Amino acid sequence: MKILVCISNVPDTTTKVKFIDDFKKLDTTGIQWVINPWDELSLTRALELKDDASNGIQSVTVAHVGLVGSEPTIRKALAIGADDAIRVNADPADAYFVAVQLANVLKLDSYDLIFCGIESSDFNGSSVGAMLAEFLEYPSVSSVSGVRIENGVLIINREIDGGKEILTVPIPVVAIVQKGIAREPRIAAMRGIMMARTKPLKVVEPIIVDSFTEIVSYEMPKPRAACKFVDPENPRQLIELLQNEAKII
Amino acid sequence: MSVLIFVENWDGKFKKLSFELISYGAKLAEMLHTEVVALTIGAVENAELKKLGNYGAARIINAVNDKINVFDSQAYTSIIAGFARQEASTIVALSNNNMGKAIAPRLSVQLKAGLGAGVSKLPLGLNPFIVYKKVYSGNAFSHLVIKTEIKILTLAQNSFELIETPNNAVISTITAEWNPESIRTRVSEVQKQSGKILLTDADVVISGGRGMKSSDNWGPIVELAELLGAATACSRPVSDEGWRPHDEHTGQTGKIIAPNLYFAIGISGATQHLAGVSSSKFIVAINTDKDAPIFSAAQYGIVGDASKVLPKLVEAVKEIKGK
Ligand SMILES: Cc1cc2nc3c(=O)[nH]c(=O)nc-3n(C[C@H](O)[C@H](O)[C@H](O)COP(=O)(O)OP(=O)(O)OC[C@H]3O[C@@H](n4cnc5c(N)ncnc54)[C@H](O)[C@@H]3O)c2cc1C
Ligand SMILES: Nc1ncnc2c1ncn2[C@@H]1O[C@H](COP(=O)(O)O)[C@@H](O)[C@H]1O
Repeated sequence: MKILVCISNVPDTTTKVKFIDDFKKLDTTGIQWVINPWDELSLTRALELKDDASNGIQSVTVAHVGLVGSEPTIRKALAIGADDAIRVNADPADAYFVAVQLANVLKLDSYDLIFCGIESSDFNGSSVGAMLAEFLEYPSVSSVSGVRIENGVLIINREIDGGKEILTVPIPVVAIVQKGIAREPRIAAMRGIMMARTKPLKVVEPIIVDSFTEIVSYEMPKPRAACKFVDPENPRQLIELLQNEAKII
Repeated sequence: MSVLIFVENWDGKFKKLSFELISYGAKLAEMLHTEVVALTIGAVENAELKKLGNYGAARIINAVNDKINVFDSQAYTSIIAGFARQEASTIVALSNNNMGKAIAPRLSVQLKAGLGAGVSKLPLGLNPFIVYKKVYSGNAFSHLVIKTEIKILTLAQNSFELIETPNNAVISTITAEWNPESIRTRVSEVQKQSGKILLTDADVVISGGRGMKSSDNWGPIVELAELLGAATACSRPVSDEGWRPHDEHTGQTGKIIAPNLYFAIGISGATQHLAGVSSSKFIVAINTDKDAPIFSAAQYGIVGDASKVLPKLVEAVKEIKGK
């Protein structure tokens, strides 16, 4: 079985984003780019599955649609333990565009289990995984919180409102992951960082396709009104404010 | 032309988010001078279906088939896409919940329709069609142009008010075209908790962080939640420590919620935590550190020790509610 982990390259989660050009573009000065947290967890789970030889995982590949500037993020995935990487050399215009490119990667090489995250922390689209599955006419499972292999069969946990389901699905399949897939992201060890430099990173030219959507401008959230403080000795006042001022309880 | 709304039902029942979605669809249809058609899959009784009419659905279609007993995103997508074509819908709207997220992107590909995921307002413009949605985990918002003729939208939960516009809706029940062989996912087991208020449904959420010190101190949080009909939640370290169950963890890598009222107790307010709760209408923070970042996100705050403040708060709620 071969695993593909789709990774997006996002600003570090503590970044206070700022915009330039009249709120049309992200100000990238000083931003640290990281593997999208969900993708880091997928990669971790993929490697855990591979570590157990009885699962019969041949390889873990990472795929990314992005310009050369995101190669450090791809190298990081290789350092964590992916065997090889594919970069589609294009600016990820929107989720549809990215899904078209990833579908093409899967037409060039076949994979059995494809991991995508539930959302990228940049555009919060929650879209690429299921779009990719639709292009390929593969089944997909969303809200995946666990993946294991038993006697060659994929067993997937899916979160549902107020509980979970355990499913079996035939391969190839797209698993769209969320919390629970792995506990802590695996960290690159020194040896991994050394090895990452020489691991294969294939660059594929994009298919020409128009995006469906385009962000034309950004806005900062409205500043919230200053916090109103209540005397800790008299929390009753808080309840009264919530009742009479905020009118929510 | 029409606005097609896919409304999920839970064992034949709708929820508040279903009515928010219909209210949204009705306003959208008004902007476009067309009507709202609501579609739900799986048997729902007429009295329940009628409720969708109260929020402006002109026609309500219940697609049923005995063999539909598992949620399969491919099968659902093909049913919804079939209706969208039949109704010549220019907009298809869904909730931005688990099911919506599983289906909407597939519809986008099938219908060659751009997707606005998690929109939280009516479109800012129709031509070009501009939607408003959060980006960077709530640290900013974007104006997104959807360039295709058909548009798919998913509506962020609790972002649109309920608007009652009673309509004499026409209800029809039809058999969903469905080939059971096409379903490749098999459910082997379902584990469900009942009786608990779901975090994603709750209007009020009481959440505790590392400042609660130990799982033994959760008593007053649970009690407060019971008194206020609220759900309980926690920060990530709390679920990592095993003080509270994993499904209570809110934030960027946990549940993203938007209740009317969120109590953050002993929670510092890290950006990754706020990413999951910043859409709450009101945030109340209780923290010993007056400089904790949570107070910048909160409207009401108490600087104090949770172990002392909480019992008093519980008493106050009891007194006020008891009246
Ligand atoms: C990629 C990534 C993703 C993450 N995702 C999430 C996420 O989804 N959700 C999440 O929550 N975190 C997430 N985190 C972790 C996040 O950065 C913070 O570490 C975490 O939110 C802190 O939890 P806390 O506020 O409970 O604990 P702390 O930061 O330790 O804060 C405890 C607070 O309690 C206060 N306190 C102490 N004693 C008392 C008392 N007696 N009474 C009242 N207050 C008291 C302290 O002043 C302090 O403000 C993520 C981190 C990373 C790197
Ligand atoms: N540029 C990209 N390259 C590769 N995979 C991506 C890219 N963008 C998004 N993805 C994948 O799709 C998931 C969901 O992203 P999104 O639909 O953008 O919220 C991510 O967690 C990744 O697995």
